[in-house]
Amino acid sequence: MVAYIIRRLLIMPVILFCVALVTFVIINLKGNPVDRFAFNPRVKPADIARMKHNLGLDKPVQERFFLYIESLIKGDLQNSLINSKPVTVLIGDALPNTLRLAIVSIVLAFMIATPIAIYAATHRNSAADRFILTTAVAGSSIPTVWLGLLLIILFAVKFREWNLPYLPINGVKDTRNPGGFRDLAEHMILPVIALAIPQIAGWIWYIRNAMLEVLNQDFIRTSRSLGLKEQTVQYSHAFRNCLTPLVTLVGLSLPDIFAGALITETVFSYPGMGYLTVNAITQNDYTVIMGTTLIYAAILIIGNLMADLLYPVVDPRLRA
Amino acid sequence: MATAAQTVHPSRAGTLDEVQILQRKPSGFWRDTWRRFRADRGAMFFGTIFVLILIFVLSGPLISKYITHYTYSENHLAQKLSSPGENGFILGSDGNGRDVLTRLAYGGRISLLFALSAMISVLCLGGIVGGCAGFFGGWFDSVAMRIAEIVLAMPLLPLLILISSMYRPPVWQLAMFVGLFSWPGISRLIRGEVMSIRRREYIDAARVTGASNLRLLIRHVFPNVLPIILVWASLSVPSLILLEAILSYLGVGVRPPTPSWGNMLEEAKQFYRTSWWLIFIPGFAIYITVLSMTLTGNGVRDAIDVRLQRK
Repeated sequence: MVAYIIRRLLIMPVILFCVALVTFVIINLKGNPVDRFAFNPRVKPADIARMKHNLGLDKPVQERFFLYIESLIKGDLQNSLINSKPVTVLIGDALPNTLRLAIVSIVLAFMIATPIAIYAATHRNSAADRFILTTAVAGSSIPTVWLGLLLIILFAVKFREWNLPYLPINGVKDTRNPGGFRDLAEHMILPVIALAIPQIAGWIWYIRNAMLEVLNQDFIRTSRSLGLKEQTVQYSHAFRNCLTPLVTLVGLSLPDIFAGALITETVFSYPGMGYLTVNAITQNDYTVIMGTTLIYAAILIIGNLMADLLYPVVDPRLRA
Repeated sequence: MATAAQTVHPSRAGTLDEVQILQRKPSGFWRDTWRRFRADRGAMFFGTIFVLILIFVLSGPLISKYITHYTYSENHLAQKLSSPGENGFILGSDGNGRDVLTRLAYGGRISLLFALSAMISVLCLGGIVGGCAGFFGGWFDSVAMRIAEIVLAMPLLPLLILISSMYRPPVWQLAMFVGLFSWPGISRLIRGEVMSIRRREYIDAARVTGASNLRLLIRHVFPNVLPIILVWASLSVPSLILLEAILSYLGVGVRPPTPSWGNMLEEAKQFYRTSWWLIFIPGFAIYITVLSMTLTGNGVRDAIDVRLQRK
């Protein structure tokens, strides 16, 4: 296990290098980013040369790549081409917003999905079970973009028309009087719902199926025959044994959750990683694109590693 | 298909009880699968809905000619943002006064075409890599699986948005790029299956009779991974439809004036305060298609009875 983790840690820089290489190639195959100003009659060749020099884009491509890797090793993601702020600062502002969105939605999804799934598993093949499963499939098929837009229409536009308390639909805080937990929470409600609904549906399926496998095992019958309360059997004996596959699933579903967050953030103009990335792409801000892609890759690798590390925590048999 | 039927072990016959199996004439694996699928009422229902959606989408020109009398790019600026039923627009008109129903039919074609071609490109790449890695093993296997590990860490969505916004590829090329970045899932699945098949006796038997590697792969291994491929394919198309919607919504997928369900959403979002149905209709089309395909896919999986790991 330790050797495996060490191997994973060692391979991480290699993977990040490859991600950086691929992104860099995609960006630079089209030529120098500044060259597109050459078609603009108002930009003189001297200006282009000066811009290239200022942005460090006058060096040959391969040299720029190695310079980038060099600064990457030092932990510097270079500066944004558009507003010259360090990319690390931009990501430092955006990442906490995204992580907050992701973590709150995962926790919420689990808190809602677990009791429903346990109920479905313990009432297998009943009408309630079938209803829960059908609803879950229906929920997991909703396109996130559409769900976000519908939430906006209902809770911001229609509630306002009907004179009900309506919710804000963009940003993380009120521009006129920002501050406070309430403000932050109000801005998070709709994005979190949009991100959580597909997750809830997915977790219900997985927890139910994992529970069914555990509930058929001998130790469950033993604990029931010992006269334990049904709730104790279900939650502390059966459910705890479902946690092992679930921990991996959370790790594996991180790409989906972050992709979902990217969409949600765009729909709600929520200033997180996804919003930063999409904006950087539309503005051709290549250093920011490189930076966010690398951070996304790093988060995925760390997520999978965390799932591996959490295995022994939830499953004592794996503790060596 | 005959070889497929013979090489599948009879234990796959599944849910029937033994008496019935003994009474019944021996039938093929695919016929059994179809019979089990047909017995699943839910899957049949949603399968039918999916077929209806396909018919709707494929009959775009007929709908345009005989029902709506509009082409998909015809502007009627004086009658823009008509609500459904108003001014003779059955499902209303969009911000340029184009007929929503016609665009919905044409848009669905592009959305489904994208999902289908992306699925095929993922499958070709992942199938070949996974199949060879599992069958030949050795250095090819280790190299392929290391590359798979790297590709799995690539953030698919940001890279696709980047490629699409920089190079503006046509739909089919965009689908190829999807394949390039998401083959590891299916390739791992196929590799595992091929590795277990490779060790079975009938492969040894075929090899003894002098079958070449290519023949082994095509005649003996391929028919046995086909069920897994089929299940994977039917469950992956819905998520690819969603991917098209996302890319087009961000303005980097299918580009106007060609309609797609995704870019209909994108064009509609600016009218969210006044014309909610413009957002509701294409989104609902995506939703129903994804839902019916997922449930049909679940039915296919249960009927084929393979345990598919999550990719």
